[in-house]
Amino acid sequence: MAANNYRHALFCAIVTLIISFPILGFNLEAKGVNIELTGAKTSTIVAVILAAVAVFVFQAYRDSFMGLLGKLPKLNPLADKEPMEQSKRVKLESWVLTGIVVLALFWPFVVSRGSVDLATLVLIYIMLALGLNVVVGLAGLLDLGYVAFYAVGAYTFALLSQYTGISFWMALPIGALLAGLTGMILGFPVLRLRGDYLAIVTLGFGEIIRILLNNWTTLTGGPNGIGGIPEPTLFGMEFGRRIKEEGNTSFHETFGIAYSGEHKVIFLYLIALVLAVITALIIRRFMRMPVGRAWEALREDEIAARSLGLSRTAVKLSAFTIGAFFAGFAGTVFASKQGFISPESFVFLESAIILAIVVLGGMGSQLGVILAAIAVTILPELAREFSEYRMLIFGAAMVLMMVWRPQGLLPMRRIHITLNKQG
Amino acid sequence: MSMLVLENVHTHYGKIEALHGVSVEVNKGEIVSLIGANGAGKTTLLMTVCGMPQASSGRIFLEDRDITNEPTAQIMRSGLAIVPEGRRIFSGLTVEENLHMGGFFNNKTEIRKSQAHVYELFPRLKEREHQRAGTMSGGEQQMLAIGRALMSRPNMIILDEPSLGLAPLIIKQIFEIIGQLRDEGITVFLVEQNAHQALHLADRGYVLETGKIRLHDTGQNLLANPDVQNAYLGG
Repeated sequence: MAANNYRHALFCAIVTLIISFPILGFNLEAKGVNIELTGAKTSTIVAVILAAVAVFVFQAYRDSFMGLLGKLPKLNPLADKEPMEQSKRVKLESWVLTGIVVLALFWPFVVSRGSVDLATLVLIYIMLALGLNVVVGLAGLLDLGYVAFYAVGAYTFALLSQYTGISFWMALPIGALLAGLTGMILGFPVLRLRGDYLAIVTLGFGEIIRILLNNWTTLTGGPNGIGGIPEPTLFGMEFGRRIKEEGNTSFHETFGIAYSGEHKVIFLYLIALVLAVITALIIRRFMRMPVGRAWEALREDEIAARSLGLSRTAVKLSAFTIGAFFAGFAGTVFASKQGFISPESFVFLESAIILAIVVLGGMGSQLGVILAAIAVTILPELAREFSEYRMLIFGAAMVLMMVWRPQGLLPMRRIHITLNKQG
Repeated sequence: MSMLVLENVHTHYGKIEALHGVSVEVNKGEIVSLIGANGAGKTTLLMTVCGMPQASSGRIFLEDRDITNEPTAQIMRSGLAIVPEGRRIFSGLTVEENLHMGGFFNNKTEIRKSQAHVYELFPRLKEREHQRAGTMSGGEQQMLAIGRALMSRPNMIILDEPSLGLAPLIIKQIFEIIGQLRDEGITVFLVEQNAHQALHLADRGYVLETGKIRLHDTGQNLLANPDVQNAYLGG
């Protein structure tokens, strides 16, 4: 047993050496026109060896380390508590959510412009994650091409504004509806597939949309993207220094205040906040409606659900369409925020990140998904000082998270629905 | 008078034929049992009635309506309910929510009425109303599966191996309930490996063997039939 352990540990240490030495142990140096291969500094080599030793020690005493890790949840003050009663929990949850929203309303007026901008991005991710939560968390359909609907929303607004000069407020419902429609059309042929197969097909669809945007140069501008997407207006008031469209007034002149670039950023943030809250409320409503129970029933047991007369296609399609709809919502806001979009914003990694948010937050749980969206977007920004290592830290954080709390930050607790007894 | 009629039904899984021309008739208000060994095609027959998979030839009538080519969802909404093999309750939902899923297409008043009725049949479920269904015992889960099927107020109920993996006492209880359902006017089509009890209860019985109906008689006659005794009643 012990000998086996050490042999395994030795093997792991050697693998570490084999992987890291060629990468870190040599330097490429430009000498004139030529590139020369030189040995790295002694300190790097020592570090590589230390890393190998660390791997050896960890693997050799792995069981005790993992045992320690297993004790970690006890640090969580809520771990030993009995789950709260439903009515209390629902109340607490809505209080927490209201608190977050109120804080979020005042927050942009006290922090820097950069933070507000980042927060807008967080809100866009919250919308995306809440939408995907319906598809993955509630209906149990693994969708790896979710970013496609995000792209449809963004490109709808960009193209319409370019060709017809449509405003943000008109584009918002159109973008969301078109994304929903795309979801329905794409969903129709693929939803009879299950599990892994569905995942691969959706992955393919996500790529098809991106490649289409990339190559349909005459319409979408291809990799050059589309620029000059207008910002939202407030009842015909523009936030720029100069008015771009005739008939509009400008915000700072109307209210007689000095022009500031911050107004625009804060306004966008507030729009994103309102839309995120609307998204959360609508989806919450859906979850409590019969269709929400149908999603869960189908996820739990497809045959049983069908035996009760539920139409598999209709139920899955509704989840897929609603998820796509909110992705379109988020896409329109994203296009407006950036003012410029290109297919590069809609790569597979985006789908993966949104999926990671849903899983980290606890599938099906809205509050959990919101917290995870905040964490996943902000963490890489906080780790910016570590420059090229930040994604490494991000990855490590995710691994730790999954070991520590595989059920997600705040796993979904179902809301039990009872008919009122009287009447 | 007939509730469910299968006329020379063939069913294929891909290229393999599982049912080779089966004809079965269930009259209104009867309990009809279908017995047969493992792999005889009992479950296939039931699933064909429900439209998944659909019959490749032959015709199926439910209350004189041709349902052969209707989609599953539509068939299951027309007065037919099934208790699938292995119970298949929604283990993450509570008992009450499981029942509500059964009455998915009914309005609230109807749901409340049928729920009260199910609790009357199975007082045990009332006790466990707010418990997660997956945490209940096998017998209770089977009761829930039957209760859930009854929630849609069906005219006919199909039970696929309701006694599977249950204690004898529970089995007795379940069979009593099945008899009670018939007394309430619900037609019962029962598929069982537990041939003795199934035939005892049944008005009529069918014996299915490798995709074909071998025998068809009243329950009592089948019980007395030496072939049936040898093959299914342990001699």
